[in-house]
Amino acid sequence: MLPLLNWYDFDPLHDLYEWIGDNTADEFVYVLAAVVGATGILSFVGLGALVNVWLERRIIGRMQVRKGPNRVGPFGLLQPVADAIKLIQKEVLQPLAADRALFNLPPILVFIPAMLTFSVFAWAPDLVYADLNVGVLFLLAISSVTSLAIFVAGWSSNNKYALLGAMRVIAMAISYEIPLVLALLAPVIFTGTMSLAGIVDFQRELDVWLAFLLPMSLLIYAISATAELNRTPADIAEAESEIVAGFHTEYSGMKFGLFYAVELINSLAVSGIVASLFFGGYSLYGLEDYIPPWIIFIGKIYFFYFGLIWLRGTWPRLRIDQLMAFAWKMLIPMALINIMVAMTEVLLWRELEWDNWVLAVFAVVNIALMVVMVGFFFRLITRSFYRLPRRVRLVHDISVPTLPAPGSAAGS
Amino acid sequence: MTELHTPPYVVNIGPQHPSTHGVFRLKVTLDGERIVDAEMVLGYLHRSMEKLAEERTYTQNIPFTDRMDYLAAMTGNLGYCLAAEKLAGVDVPERASYLRVIFAELQRIASHCMANGTFVNDCGAWQTPLMYMFREREKILDLFEMTCGARLTTNYMRIGGVAFDVPDEWYPAINDLMAEMPDRISEYEEMLLDNEIILARSRDIGVLTPERAINASASGPLLRGTGIAWDLRKADPYCVYDRFDFDIPVGHNGDCFDRFIVRLEEMRQSVSIIRQALQQLPGGPVSTPVPLALRPDPGEAYACIESPKGELGFYLVSDGGSAPYRWHARSPSYINLTVLKDLSVGLSLADAIVILGSLDINVGEIDR
Repeated sequence: MLPLLNWYDFDPLHDLYEWIGDNTADEFVYVLAAVVGATGILSFVGLGALVNVWLERRIIGRMQVRKGPNRVGPFGLLQPVADAIKLIQKEVLQPLAADRALFNLPPILVFIPAMLTFSVFAWAPDLVYADLNVGVLFLLAISSVTSLAIFVAGWSSNNKYALLGAMRVIAMAISYEIPLVLALLAPVIFTGTMSLAGIVDFQRELDVWLAFLLPMSLLIYAISATAELNRTPADIAEAESEIVAGFHTEYSGMKFGLFYAVELINSLAVSGIVASLFFGGYSLYGLEDYIPPWIIFIGKIYFFYFGLIWLRGTWPRLRIDQLMAFAWKMLIPMALINIMVAMTEVLLWRELEWDNWVLAVFAVVNIALMVVMVGFFFRLITRSFYRLPRRVRLVHDISVPTLPAPGSAAGS
Repeated sequence: MTELHTPPYVVNIGPQHPSTHGVFRLKVTLDGERIVDAEMVLGYLHRSMEKLAEERTYTQNIPFTDRMDYLAAMTGNLGYCLAAEKLAGVDVPERASYLRVIFAELQRIASHCMANGTFVNDCGAWQTPLMYMFREREKILDLFEMTCGARLTTNYMRIGGVAFDVPDEWYPAINDLMAEMPDRISEYEEMLLDNEIILARSRDIGVLTPERAINASASGPLLRGTGIAWDLRKADPYCVYDRFDFDIPVGHNGDCFDRFIVRLEEMRQSVSIIRQALQQLPGGPVSTPVPLALRPDPGEAYACIESPKGELGFYLVSDGGSAPYRWHARSPSYINLTVLKDLSVGLSLADAIVILGSLDINVGEIDR
C-alpha cells in the first residue's frame, strides 16, 4: 500500500507520541494521547449534534412534503448554529417550587454517558480511545445512567407532566434493559469478547457481519434501543401530544438545548453500537484498505441514524402499557430463544471445532428462525386489531323516522 | 405489610396544551396513568356571539359564523343563511344553491383533512400525516381565496345566495383538485389504515355504543362511527343535496378508529358530490337581492345542516326588527364533546388524548 494513503490512520501522531515518549516521561505521553483522543471524540460529538439537528429537520421536512430549514446559510446548514445562539440567549427560567440543585444537574449529567459511549468505539484498526475488554458491559452500564438523569430532571421540576414523563422513563428503562442486555449477550457469546474492537475484528477476520449471523439480536437490540432513546414509536417520556414535553417540560434555554442535543448524540451512539456490533464497524469487506476506515464507520453510523430519523418521521406512538407488554411478552422470550440458539451454535462451532462454513448454515437457520418468530408474535399482537374490517360500510338509503304531527304529545 | 398509599391526583390538560385543539381545559383525576374522573372546563374562548348577534342586522351576523368553527367557515355560513332565509322567506337561485353545496363539501374535505391529521398526530405520529393532509387543504383554501378573497374566515354566503360568482380560473383548478383527490385519499388509507400502531392506539379505544350516542344527541362522524346511518344531507335534504348520488359511510364498533375511517370515506363521498355538482352547475344569478336591513316578520325558524362535525343548527327568533331577537346556534362540537367523560374514564391519559382527537372538536364552536 502507498504510504501516502496512510495519513488518515493518524500514524504521524503515533510517531510523534513515540518521539515525545523517548524524550520525556511515558506518563506525559499517556496524558497527551488521552487529551488528543478526547478532543477528537468531543469534536465529532459536538459537530455531530449540530449536523444532526440540520439532518433531522431537513429529512423529516422532506418526508412531510415540505422543505425544512433553508434560510440560514446554504441549504439552511447554519440553522443549528442560529438555534443554538437563540437558545443560549434565552432567559433561563426555573420554577419556584423546583429543587434548585437537582434541577440544574441533569442537563449536564445526561451529557456524560452520551460522550462516554463514543470512547469504546473502534474507529479504525488500532484507533480506539479506550479498548476496554468489558466494552459491551461498559456501554450497557453507562446507558442506564441516562435514565437516572432524566428521572432526576422530571422529579426536581415539580411538575406533574414532568413527573409522569420521568416515571414512564424509569418504567420503560427497566423493561427494555432486559431484552437489550439479552440481545447483546448473543454477539458476545459468539465472538467470545466484550471488546468492541474485538467484535469488529471477529467480523473482519471471518468476513461475516453479525447482522446475518444473529439477525434476531439485531432486531431486538434495535427495537429496545429505540425505546431507550425516547424516539418514536416509543417517545412516551416526552410524548408531545400527551404530556407536553415530558421530563423536560420546565427546562428552557440552553438547558433544554442540552437535552435536545443529548437525544441526538444518543441516537448517534446507538447507530454506532449497531454499526460496530452487527455491521462490521469500520470494515467494509476490504474496502477499508482504500477508504479511511473511520469514514466508513461514520458513514455506517449515519446510515443507521437515517433509519432512526425515518422511524421518527413515519410512526405514531405506542401507549405505555402496550410498550411494556411488547417488551415483556415478545422481546424477552424472543431474546431468550435467541441466546439458546446462539449458545448451541457456538458449542457446535467452537467446542466441536466444526468448520467455518457452518456459519453460513447458522445464518440461514437464524434468519429463518427470526422470520418464524416475528411472524408468530406479529400475528399474536395484531390478532385483535383485525377482528373488525378496516374499511367503512357504505349505506346508500337511510331510514328516516316520521316525526309526530305538530301538536300531538311526542313521547310520554 | 402496609399497603402503599397512592392517592389520585389532578392534572390539568389545557387550557394551554399541544393537543386540546384550542383553549379547552380538561381536568382529569389520575390514579397512576388511569383516569378516574374527568371534568371539562369550557368558556376560555367565549366571545358572547349569541348576545352580540342580537344587536346586529341579519347580514352583519354572517361573519360570526365564520368564527364559530373557524376550520369550517363555509358550513357555518351556510347553516346560518339557511335559517335566516327560512325566517325571512327568501328564495335562493339554483346556481347559488349549487355553489353552496360545492363550497360546503370542499369545506368538509378541508375540515376532515384537519381532523384526521390532528387525530393521527394525537396518536403520536410526528406531524407527517398532518402535513400530507394539509397539502390538499391548502389547495382547497386556494379555491376559497380565488372566489371570495379569504382563506379561513370566508364570509362567502349571503342571505339569498352567495356573495360572488366563481372566477374563470376556478374551474380548471377545482377540476384538477377533484381529479387528484381520490388518489390522495387512497394514499392516506394506504399509509394509515394498515398501520398496526394506529390500530393499537385507536381500535377498541373510546367505544361509543349506539344507544349512548343517541342519548347524548351525538351527530356527525361520531354518530356514524357507531353504525347508525344518519346524515342530514339525506335525512332532510337542504340546498340541492337530493339531486346527488352519494353514500353514507358508517363504522362497525363506535371506537376512535371507526370515527377516523368514517371521516376518510366522507372525504371521498364529498369529492363525488362536488363532481356531480360541477357537472350539473347551472348558469344564472348567484343571489337574490335582499334588503340590507332585512326585517323578517315576527316568528321563529330553525335550520340545520350536516356540518363536518355534525348537526349544525341555527335557531332564530324575529320580533320584526332588523336584528334577531334571539340568535342561537346548536353547535355539534359542543354536543359531541359531552361524551368525552364517559369514553375516557377508566382508560389511560394517552387514550383520553386520542379520544379527544377523534371527537374532532373545535373550541371556537363550543364556546362561541
